[in-house]
Order: sequence, then structure tokens, then C-alpha cells
Amino acid sequence: MPNGRMEFMGDIYSIWLREMIRYVRARSRVVTSLITPLLWLIIFGTGFSNSLSFGAGGTTNYINFLAPGILGMTVLFTSMFSGMSVMFDKEFGFLKEILVAPVSRTSIVVGKALGGTTQAAIQGILILGLSYFIGVRISGTLGLAAALVLILVTMFFIGMGFVGLGISIATRLENIEGFQVIMNLLVLPIFFLSGAFFPVTSLPNWMKALVDINPLAYGVDALRYAVTGLHTYALMTDLAVVIGFFVLMTVVGSILFRNVR
Amino acid sequence: MKAIVTKDLVKKFEDVEAVKGINLEIEEGELFGLLGPNGAGKTTTISMLCTILKPTSGLASVFGHDVKKEPSTVRGMIGIVFQEPSLDDNLTGKENLDFHGRLYKVPRNEIAERISDVLELVELADKADVIVKKYSGGMKRRLEIARGLLHHPKVLFLDEPTLGLDPQTRLHIWEYIEKLNREKKITMILTTHYMDEADQLCDRIAIVDHGKIVAMDTPDNLKRDVGGDVVIMTVPNGSEQLKTTLEQLEFVKSTQLVDGTLRLSVDKSETAIPVFLDVARQEGIAVPSISLHEPTLEDIFIKYTGREIRAQEAAGGFAGHGPGRR
Repeated sequence: MPNGRMEFMGDIYSIWLREMIRYVRARSRVVTSLITPLLWLIIFGTGFSNSLSFGAGGTTNYINFLAPGILGMTVLFTSMFSGMSVMFDKEFGFLKEILVAPVSRTSIVVGKALGGTTQAAIQGILILGLSYFIGVRISGTLGLAAALVLILVTMFFIGMGFVGLGISIATRLENIEGFQVIMNLLVLPIFFLSGAFFPVTSLPNWMKALVDINPLAYGVDALRYAVTGLHTYALMTDLAVVIGFFVLMTVVGSILFRNVR
Repeated sequence: MKAIVTKDLVKKFEDVEAVKGINLEIEEGELFGLLGPNGAGKTTTISMLCTILKPTSGLASVFGHDVKKEPSTVRGMIGIVFQEPSLDDNLTGKENLDFHGRLYKVPRNEIAERISDVLELVELADKADVIVKKYSGGMKRRLEIARGLLHHPKVLFLDEPTLGLDPQTRLHIWEYIEKLNREKKITMILTTHYMDEADQLCDRIAIVDHGKIVAMDTPDNLKRDVGGDVVIMTVPNGSEQLKTTLEQLEFVKSTQLVDGTLRLSVDKSETAIPVFLDVARQEGIAVPSISLHEPTLEDIFIKYTGREIRAQEAAGGFAGHGPGRR
């Protein structure tokens, strides 16, 4: 039914558009959310750069090693926050306006996820651009163009996945207070156990196991492969996991969102 | 065709029955009011009509479309002004309307004109590009009414449209509602616990109490039903005997004693008042004040429920958190 499909796409676009207007309007939030990752990168990266190096012959210094991790962090935080913004819509009543509209629940979830992912990608690209000035170089075995494509593709899938996770959580939470709890008990561990800061090859077994079930670890691994050429898992494994995560979270998010009111 | 029909409509929340079998038939173009205290089941009833809640049992339809079987069709035909604010504070008035227009598939080549039409109607044209965060409470309400109309709904639901607004703004909102109903012939269903609002606006009123309709008619007929005039006497505590005595007078049609106020519906008020005072004096009861008025919806409400709607509201703090509200 092409007409129905047109409407579906139109609804996704409408939801996406609102997310983007809100994003552009919240300029101070955009700037603040750039500062945190840049501080990590500049202070941590510079601090460890002289004492740590990676790769065969130590060719990759710490700041280059850290940069993909910080990209992953930016995408994680931006997309989780975006997904959980469903809760603010709920709290401030706007969700009702969307829920009673003649719009399918799936298009709302997909539109939200695309909006959050677009924001995450913009943040990521800004970080990547700014990190050039503190010495981060794309120096992997892939060419520059292929590396950039891999970065964008990876950011897209982990972004979509984490917005989906954020939406899923938001549908189950009763109030905004739960937001902080989730941020501390879920988002930070996901970040810390993603291999953003350190190589995950020589970890104790229990910790390696936690890293292995963390979808962000595969996202960071793919990003690191694009930026530095270093990797823990095979690239195909990375991509399969992040795509699988995206599909799973979109489906789960849509199902949970169907029962929201 | 009837705009709204419900048959034995029931909604249960776990073990609480919020709506206990409501039957309604609302004509196209009618301005219909659901009047009752907080927690009476008004919002729950219209939430089912708006497809927000699924009925536990019974039928509800909007222009012949069943709310359970064809929710999307129903959603496209109705507009809703919620009790609680539901605007995006970070968008401008115009952006809120534009978003709504997209969701409701208003043709893109008409959207600009429609937005300026509805903004004109609620006198917000000059605030179109202001972020909603900066609107006053009354302006937000008006914007929500404008939004409810943007997609030219056949039925507009207004849930407590003037709750929490100052008297002047209320009058303004009433004017818009009347104008819309009269000029655009939109069927409207509003819920309210304000007697004057229901009296002023509605063609017909259903009085809802504890999830049931206890009376339904035009405001005038309802008032005629109480009949004659209403005498209100302030009486001390323990005046039940006085009530019983007065009840037996032949020109007294009905009596209610609520919180030290004795209400008597009478045929001939001019002659009744001296008699009442005489009787009170004989029983040794001092009556600090006595007054006379034409019957209002308040009297009707008391007649059917045995309570004052305002007293209910004051005591009903917890009712606000009950299942009927959200």
C-alpha cells in the first residue's frame, strides 16, 4: 500500500523534525554536551599520551586510542538522553498529543530514534572535527573516505540502538527521578566497560565477559578500527553486533511503546 | 447520524469501577456537557471516546465508527483539548500547530492558511512565533483550542477547558467555544465541574456521579424539574427536626440539608418565607439568614446526588489522584 507507506514515512519525518527543532533550539545543551567529551579527550588523552602507546611498535599514542572511545561515549550519551526524553514528553503532557494523533506507534519510535541518532551523529562529527586540533589523526589501514563511512555507519547503528534502549526504559519508568538512577547504574557501566579507555584484550575473565556482552564495545571497536587500525573483534563481528542491537532495540522499543499511555 | 453513541460503557481499573454503564446519544452540532465532581468518571468517559483508554465493556462510537475497532478513523475525526497542558513548551505556537497539522495530514498547501485562521480565532496571531514557554496559562489554553480545531474535526472534546484560569480568561474561552459551536457547527463535548460553565454553554447536560449518569436534559428542563424557587436558610447544627417539619408543608416540594444549609424548593416563595420563619421560631431555632433564588444547576446537582459539588471538591483531595483523572 504505497499511500500507507508514504504516510508512515511522513509521520517519521514529522517526529524527526520536531526533535531537530528542539535540538537546534537547545544550543546551550549542545555546547555543554561537546565540552564533556572534549575535556576527557584533552585532559585524559594528553595526560596519558606520553606514557602509553599501543599497536605494533607502539605507533598509536593514547590520544588516538582514546578518540574513538570518546566518539562512542558521545553517541551513547546523546542517544540515551534523546530516547529517554520520551519521559519528559510524558511528564509535560506532550506525549498525549502524539499518542491520540492518527499516527502509528512504530513511526513515533522510528522518528524519535532517527532524531536522536541525527543529533548523536552531529555531536560525533563535531567531536571528530575538533579532535583534529589536539592531534587526533585518522591513520588506520583503511583510506580516509572508507574510514569516515565506517565511522558514520557505526555511529548510526549504535545511535539507533541506544535511542531504542532509552525509549524502552522511558516507557517503563514512572517518573523523572528514575532518570538519574539509570544514567548512573546503566549508562556509566556501559561506557566504562566499552573499552573506550583501555584495551580489552588482557582483562580478567569476569570483566572481559562483561565487555563481550556490551554492544557499545563492538561499536567502539569498529570506530577504533576506522581511526587507528587497531581492533579486538573482527570488523564483521562488530557490524553484525551493532546492527543486531539496532534491530533488537527498535523492535523492543516499538512493542513497549505500544502500551504506553 | 448521531455524533456520539455509547451503550452501557464501562471502564474498570483493577478493582475500581470508574465508569459504570454510561448511555449517551449526542446529536451532530450539539454542545453537550458532562457535569460532575472530580473523580466522577467524566475524564475516563471522554478518554474512551477519544481512544486513549479501551472500554472494559460496552460500546462507544463516533459518527458510527467504533472506538475499539476503528481507533485510527476516530482519531482523525476528533479534536481534543486535554485537562492538563499538552503543548511542546520549546516550540513556538506556530510550530506546535504545524506539527499537529503534519500528524493529522492537513494538506501542506493549506497549512499556513489554516494556522493563521485558528490563531486569529483565538486571538493569538501576534504570538505565533513566540516560544510557548513564554505564554500565559490562558494563552496556552487558547492555543490548545486552536490546535484542536486545526484539522477540522467533526467532534471537539474539551476536558475541563477553563480549569485553573482566572474569571476574565474563562469568559473569553466561553466566547470562543460558543462561537465555534455556532459558526462552525462543530459537535462539542465538554466536561466541567463548574455549574455556571455548564449552564452558560451547554445545549444539554448529563450529570455524572460515581461513574453513572444521574440526570440528563437541557439546563432549563433540569431546572424546571426542581421547580418553583429555592429558599436557602442557614441553620444551626441539629436542625433535622426543622427539616422534617417543613417537609410536611404542602407547598414545599423538596428539602435538602447540607452542612448547615437548608434548601427548600417551593411553589410560592413570597408566602413561604414568613411561614418558614414562624416554624423555625416555634421550634426555638434562630435563623441567621434566609435567601431566595431561582433554581440553578447546583440545586439540581444536590437534588440528584445529595451533595454540593463544591464541598465534594474540597473534600475530594485524593479523588484527584484516582483513576478517573489520568
